Amino acid sequence: MKAKVLLSLILLCAGLVAPSARAGEAVPAAPAACELPSYLLTTESQLHKVAETVKAGKPLEILVIGSRSTTIPSSEDSSYPARMQAILKDKLPPAETVHVSVEIQSKKTAEEAAGTFVKLMEAKTPTLVIWQTGTVDAIRAIDPDDFRGAVTEGVAALQNAGADVVLMNLQYSPRTETMISAPPYLDNMRVVAQEHDVPLFDRFAMMRQWNDQGQFDLFSPSRGPELAKQVHDCIGRALAQFVIDAAHLGPAQQQN
Amino acid sequence: MTIADQVTGSTIAGTAGAKPAEAKPVAAKSRAPAITLPAIGERELRLDLFRGLALWLIFIDHLPPNLLTWFTIRNYGFSDATEIFIFISGYTAAFVYGRAMLESSFVIATARILRRVWQIYVAHVFLFTIFLAEISYVATSFENPLYTEEMGIMDFLKQPDVTIVQALLLRFRPVNMDVLPLYIVLMLALPLILWSMKWRPDVTLALSALLYAATWEFDLYFSAYPNGFWAFNPLAWQLLFVFGAWCALGGARRMSRILASPVTMWISIAYLVAAFYVTLTWYVPQLGHLMPKPLEQWMYPIDKTDLDVLRFTHFLALAALTVRFLPREWPGLKSPWLRPLILCGQHSLEIFCLGVFLAFAGHFILAEVAGGPAMHALISLSGILVMWGVAWVISWYKQVADKSGTKTKAAAGNADLAGGG
Repeated sequence: MKAKVLLSLILLCAGLVAPSARAGEAVPAAPAACELPSYLLTTESQLHKVAETVKAGKPLEILVIGSRSTTIPSSEDSSYPARMQAILKDKLPPAETVHVSVEIQSKKTAEEAAGTFVKLMEAKTPTLVIWQTGTVDAIRAIDPDDFRGAVTEGVAALQNAGADVVLMNLQYSPRTETMISAPPYLDNMRVVAQEHDVPLFDRFAMMRQWNDQGQFDLFSPSRGPELAKQVHDCIGRALAQFVIDAAHLGPAQQQN
Repeated sequence: MTIADQVTGSTIAGTAGAKPAEAKPVAAKSRAPAITLPAIGERELRLDLFRGLALWLIFIDHLPPNLLTWFTIRNYGFSDATEIFIFISGYTAAFVYGRAMLESSFVIATARILRRVWQIYVAHVFLFTIFLAEISYVATSFENPLYTEEMGIMDFLKQPDVTIVQALLLRFRPVNMDVLPLYIVLMLALPLILWSMKWRPDVTLALSALLYAATWEFDLYFSAYPNGFWAFNPLAWQLLFVFGAWCALGGARRMSRILASPVTMWISIAYLVAAFYVTLTWYVPQLGHLMPKPLEQWMYPIDKTDLDVLRFTHFLALAALTVRFLPREWPGLKSPWLRPLILCGQHSLEIFCLGVFLAFAGHFILAEVAGGPAMHALISLSGILVMWGVAWVISWYKQVADKSGTKTKAAAGNADLAGGG
């Protein structure tokens, strides 16, 4: 018992020191690092179909449409879709089957990705689609108006196919901030989310929050996968929480 | 480098000692058929002050967000330092080259403007070189698996031949390097603008507004490499530049009654408060639900590329209040505390470039040496100190070191440098 108290004290101190110290030396391993202000985890828009599916006890099929930042090279099981699946399984009733599949649209702009949605949705019939986009458009400096049009079309296509949609924006990448201009794409995704009453998962703000608070050092040039794994774990947790909140799955549908 | 240098240096204006007591454009000494120029030899310190301020804010905005970012105006409304910079540039450019246009000739004025354009172009290429060095460094040293996707930005390094040529054509412009190309295009259009202003200033302004409207209506833009568009659309931003020129050439004087009216003041204040409230909802998302949805849908996105009307009017409101509450004779303008800002504003092209470079350097230090809020604040502050120091050195060169040359030569050199830069 004593050792446990001592340990937690040490961890606490490490957590307090971390923001001032050069992070990377002190990345807390515990999920405490994933902490986020509640407004980032809640949304006014709702996921009705997810709510119905879970309440009816039907299997929950989730499709993540993403890009290279959806995965970690050679550590698929630690990427955020896999982590989200694990957390959802944990939080939803044991009888509930949750299956997350991933569709990587590598190096495709929102417009190019949206073009594939009709076929994609015919092949898979997910209850919920989490569409992560924006990075490729920002890298290629696509006209933000065109980008907004493409995201709008994509969201409409997914909704027409009968799925709930969550939009996920770019990663916060401080190292490339002077090279990639994210703000226009973040703004436009927010606009589309508002117009279509679609929940927006603000990955950018979350990662920035973690970086600013010192939980993660996103400047780190480290080649190892540890940082990526921890960040993806946190994103997966946040995403699971976000989906549960947006579907208004009360304690009755939740384990804890 | 600025109005006074220019004016005192130009061939007709030998009256360097003229007291700056005369009211700004009201005391128009020289009259032209349609436009009036402010009195000779007076230095409008407010322009220098606010341009200096704009340069500092642009520098801070180019750094990653930190404590000082909260002092930049973009957090309190729609417009930001870019609007100030472009407006004042239009104002001073028209002031300087308008005089040349009136008193020499169209050809002489155009020749001087083109020389200025060349200087800005060279400055842009210089900044691009630094950017290339930075991005190449990151490409070779940064391999965090979290960001494999973002590293796609390095793809253009695979084709340096194409990229560099496109950069020289101003079509490939990395982030944070958008202002100078905009400035170059606006300056290239300046002879035409001035020529038209000489004929009918109000018609020129109306034409400019028409072009702005057409840009919005028909979605006109400048294309960029490898795809996309210019981040600051010159076809829209010209409105601010032309408006600055129009104010410099007598418009401000003619507007003085409107500016002095309490109605204008209250409208401006009401608008600024409303804009502040909207901005607040971005930073305090809890307030978000207090925003009426129809208003949000009408308002967003507030487009910087095409100089959204909301941004333009926000700048107008700011300017109206500034002119009202900060009279040109305000003694504070001479105080040593504002001296650093004014100095920076007086050498804006150099200080602008320096600011972009310092922002790159600041990023580099944050990434390589240490992060953290303290380091961040330190970098911001030392950047500003460096800008001040360099501005001081440039002044020293102008006032002391260059004085050894023949007077006429020095004067002509200054005259050409002056154009709003």
